[in-house]
Amino acid sequence: MITAKTKHQPEVLEEVVIRFVGDSGDGMQLTGTQFSDTSAMFGNDIATFPNYPSEIRAPQGSLYGVSGFQVHIGSVSISTPGDNLDLLVAMNPAGLKTNLHALKPGHTVIVDTDSFTKKNLEKAQYETNPLTDDSLENYRVIEVSMTSLTKESLKGTEGLDNKSITRSKNMFALGMVYWMYDRSKEHTIDFFNKKFKNKPHIIEANTKVLNAGYNYANTLELIPNSYTIAPAKMEAGTYRIIMGNTATAWGFLAAAEKSGLELFLGSYPITPATDILHELVKHKHFGVKAFQAEDEIAGIASSIGASFAGDLAITTTSGPGLALKGEALGLAMMIELPLVVVNVQRGGPSTGLPTKTEQSDLLQAMYGRNGESPVIVIAASTPANCFDFAYEAAKLTLEHMTPVILLTDGYIANGSAPWKVHSVDDMPEIKNNVVNEVKENWHPYDRNEDTLARNWAVPGTPGLEHRVGGLEKDSATGNVSYVPDNHENMTKIRAEKVKRVQNYIPDIKSEFAETGDLLVIGWGGTYGSLYSAVKQMNDEGYKNIGLAHFNYINPLPKNTEELLTKFKNIVVCELNNGQFASILKMNFNGFNFVQFNKIQGLPFGNAELINKFKQFVK
Amino acid sequence: METTAEKKYTFKDFSSDQEVRWCPGCDDYVVLRSMQKALPEMGVKKEDVVFISGIGCSSRFPYYMNTYGMHSIHGRAPGIASGVKLANPDLSVWIITGDGDAMAIGGNHFIHVLRRNIDLNIILFNNEIYGLTKGQFSPTSLVGQKTKSSPYGNIQQPFQPGELAIGAQARYFARIGGNNPKDMTQIFVDAERFNGTSLVEVLQNCVIFNDGCFTHVTDKKVKADKQIYLEHGKPMIFGSESDKGLVLNGLKLEVVTIGENGVTEADILVHNAEEKDPTLHQMLVRLEYPLATGVIRRVEDITLEERMTDLAAQVKSNSNFRKTDDLFFSGETYEVE
Repeated sequence: MITAKTKHQPEVLEEVVIRFVGDSGDGMQLTGTQFSDTSAMFGNDIATFPNYPSEIRAPQGSLYGVSGFQVHIGSVSISTPGDNLDLLVAMNPAGLKTNLHALKPGHTVIVDTDSFTKKNLEKAQYETNPLTDDSLENYRVIEVSMTSLTKESLKGTEGLDNKSITRSKNMFALGMVYWMYDRSKEHTIDFFNKKFKNKPHIIEANTKVLNAGYNYANTLELIPNSYTIAPAKMEAGTYRIIMGNTATAWGFLAAAEKSGLELFLGSYPITPATDILHELVKHKHFGVKAFQAEDEIAGIASSIGASFAGDLAITTTSGPGLALKGEALGLAMMIELPLVVVNVQRGGPSTGLPTKTEQSDLLQAMYGRNGESPVIVIAASTPANCFDFAYEAAKLTLEHMTPVILLTDGYIANGSAPWKVHSVDDMPEIKNNVVNEVKENWHPYDRNEDTLARNWAVPGTPGLEHRVGGLEKDSATGNVSYVPDNHENMTKIRAEKVKRVQNYIPDIKSEFAETGDLLVIGWGGTYGSLYSAVKQMNDEGYKNIGLAHFNYINPLPKNTEELLTKFKNIVVCELNNGQFASILKMNFNGFNFVQFNKIQGLPFGNAELINKFKQFVK
Repeated sequence: METTAEKKYTFKDFSSDQEVRWCPGCDDYVVLRSMQKALPEMGVKKEDVVFISGIGCSSRFPYYMNTYGMHSIHGRAPGIASGVKLANPDLSVWIITGDGDAMAIGGNHFIHVLRRNIDLNIILFNNEIYGLTKGQFSPTSLVGQKTKSSPYGNIQQPFQPGELAIGAQARYFARIGGNNPKDMTQIFVDAERFNGTSLVEVLQNCVIFNDGCFTHVTDKKVKADKQIYLEHGKPMIFGSESDKGLVLNGLKLEVVTIGENGVTEADILVHNAEEKDPTLHQMLVRLEYPLATGVIRRVEDITLEERMTDLAAQVKSNSNFRKTDDLFFSGETYEVE
């Protein structure tokens, strides 16, 4: 008979990293999401990252079938899902085997002992049972017969088959973790009530198991006390947890509404970009036209057509898809139509590492087209600011009449974080270059003097009938022209148009220090990693290190060179072989850009960054 | 649905100020003029007409039309035109393509655009050769055809465009000789009025690289005997004496002579372009003698944009979301004070 412990005051922690791992079918994504949502609603800052196998239904118990969900919560500002774990919850031997390396020595692992069968141990390639062979002696192991306890707690509950009983053991684990971290069960019980509205026996079963796990942890001597993480100091407002890909989709919804245009998406499924398509197809109530095309090329082609016809047109893809879209993107640039191409980068080249993250499409985005073919290139840097940069991409393409490539990556696209909900009323105005009136001597390539954007005459407008095309055109009339000087002139106009975007984007700023010994440079999805590393050093007293993180890549912010001169050393950190560094080298002479590259399909770890930075500062 | 023009146009309203630069004697001129004559008859407003082309000789076409137009990239016109039409279903959207553009580099888009049945009109200029790149065999070139890239004769089996199209679920297929502007004009008008994707194959002579490739069927002297011009509801009769006809012999079409072997006009098949079952239409497009021209298949069906509009209306009426704020502030939000 287990008796309840005397309730101690929970120990207060600033932050904690937890990973739930198990078989693909163990419901780890749901468990992780529930824990992170509950924590966010409690007021913690959070960052999460799912890690699931690329096989859709990998064999049960196999090493490559392990599915995981990591969550980092804190009373302090959280910018990454975290590196090393404070708590690992492993539902089977394969999960333990593939994730133990990330657990901090001395920290806790909870295992479901019922799953440590001979068969499962073999599948996980364990020669001996790690629970009995001392290999876990550096960790605090909490062994729980989770499957049996789940069954026990559901004894007498009507209408459940064996499979659904076993399947709810993830809620037992969640209940335990809720007790350990002093969380309320309320949000999850609400979730059951909504999700299984018409299945009261499922609501009952899940609630019972969740409570059983919670009470079990409360009574278990092995867990001496619980912890709590106080709410973080966050700007007041309404928040929600958002995934990067959803934020991207929503940024375009907001831009369409603000600009008064209808949103058209032409797309073809590709990992890890497809969730943007999944999200936008839902929103027909906002007039979104989402067209799943026969291939990547038809995806962008339909968007070009929709743009010609006056919609806010976007296309979404990942690396190999951008390669296929290259020729059509060149056409959009040549006929100077608004178009946003979202590239959710993944590990390349070729098929590469589809489910892993990388920043290796930067040069493809910059130069991956025939001829002189500049486009605007911007990059989002956090799951939440995917919203802002999708919105910005739409704004820039409509105001400047040239395609924009928006780069995100698998890490921020699948990661989630709190997003302070933006009302469309508070978003910046979006102008466009649509013309309706017939003027004497009108030509389709007449330009705005400041931006050089051409005007946008949409089919259906009487008197403005005109032809555009991929052939070079006369700078004045827009008619086909092979005149040598005209081609040079037009090439320079198209480049200048992109260059002038500099006048409409913010300056680059250095965080933590405006001048000093080391400037850390990054771009895109590595912001969280770089920020937390530089912040940690700053907290440790290194006040001479700054972080300049770029969201605008083509064109670069106007003051970039000026900022570079303010630091003695510059290190450019990228998840590729040095692509942004090469752009900086090409643009700015006389600087020594030290590269710090990682090409493992993984984000930067905190320790490796700090080790690198310490080489430059005292 | 396209709206009707109040203004009466003439063919001049549709001629652009650009000098036409096809080779003298090219059938493309016939197609251009037929289109400029057909458009005033269609009753569409000039500003609602959009021509989208790919790459090839014929794809210069939009430059010569005083309408909205885009000369795009090789093979991709169906994708672009689909986007135009889905963005604004009020427009009359035309795809101008050739045998290489549609069936080689653009083959994937060609079959999918037909499958989806968006209300687009496709004019396929088939000259069985690559003209703009100066004379290589195309996907419709005949086996044995000598071209710059097949000096010993082509060894690749050709596509029959109509067969491919109907196999890809084309609801409308017509074929017309490039030297027949009168019927071509009427077919263009009919194709525009058809609600769905219409495909018109023009047998277009290339005077430079494949001259005379269709002469054996299109020449004025042999046309009546070698072609059958199909009209919906009319018997399949042809010949300079109008004495030849088509009957079914088992699973094959057979040419018979009326008045011989007891054959009367009543025995001759009557053309039903609106028959859903494509079997007979497939036999007709494959027929070598006589070559079938006219509107071979014309089966009305719901279009993709109609489905899209209906679905959007349905989703809208079941949704509480009117503005994006309704979505952003819905569901799992929480307050930080």
